[in-house]
Amino acid sequence: MKRFAIVICLILSTSVWAEETKLDAAGEERVKGLAHELRCLVCQNQTIADSNADLAIDLRTQIREQIQAGKTDAQIKDYMVARFGDFVLYRPPVQSNTILLWVAPFLLLIGGIGFLFWQLSKRRKLITTQQFSAEENQRADALLKNSAANDSINNKS
Amino acid sequence: MGKFLIPLAIFVVLAIFLGRGLSLDPKEIPSPLIDKPAPVFSLSQLDKPEQMIGTEQLRGQVWILNVWASWCVACRDEHPVLVEFSKANTVPIYGLNYKDKREPAMNWLQQLGNPYTASIFDEKGRVGIDFGVYGVPETFVIDKQGVIRYKKTGPVTQETIQTKILPLVKKLQG
Repeated sequence: MKRFAIVICLILSTSVWAEETKLDAAGEERVKGLAHELRCLVCQNQTIADSNADLAIDLRTQIREQIQAGKTDAQIKDYMVARFGDFVLYRPPVQSNTILLWVAPFLLLIGGIGFLFWQLSKRRKLITTQQFSAEENQRADALLKNSAANDSINNKS
Repeated sequence: MGKFLIPLAIFVVLAIFLGRGLSLDPKEIPSPLIDKPAPVFSLSQLDKPEQMIGTEQLRGQVWILNVWASWCVACRDEHPVLVEFSKANTVPIYGLNYKDKREPAMNWLQQLGNPYTASIFDEKGRVGIDFGVYGVPETFVIDKQGVIRYKKTGPVTQETIQTKILPLVKKLQG
């Protein structure tokens, strides 16, 4: 009896995707693909594929029905944009008002690389200008010898 | 001096962007339907299932469409404001009863008052989708030519009515 109940539960819990109209496998793939491209406006950082908000379910049903009616993916997206605006697209289109969004990362990258090279060349200049005189070199040698002798004494003790 | 100028400039730019970010409401999404003709629909009336209401019937007048539902919590806050506004009789308010059932919806109106000239019964939420409804309550102002001129997502307040809706309605009617 218990086993039977478990089986019933499993059958009933088969996937949220089974909403109303049935499609063939290719159609289902398209529904999934489109659902991953569209934003759920109620829970703004989820696609309508990830969300179980009422609106997301309704929109998935909409997609399914439109695929059944023979609409193309582009037509279905246009349908959504006409009602909910560009925001419904999870990947923002390249347009005059989104161009900054698209090019800003590259601008920042180029700027960053430029800044890095500028800083590096400044450093290089600092290093090359630091030349020692013969006297200073002699002093350095003496000091190094001294410390080497000290080191060996320290190590023995 | 130059040393301070660069961090200061960065700070100012960041402050401007963050300040702007604070004043924006991410829930407020610009509707593509503004200045577009209102979607065509024909649905039955909430309290009279046999009577249909359609876009065509409503043409020739300025009207307000208020999307509401008995399950919607924010609608409860909004409702007294609409009831009060409807008493002035400046503009007909039509309700779009969104994804609701007739009985609880009609009880709701009976208990809390009915500001609507009529409520349109959108059980499946189809017309709601056509209007781009995503956060009930929503309110639209539609002009005599049937063009959507204003949309408010979320509850309408006394302030919204006084500063936005009423001036616009007056302008459109005049």
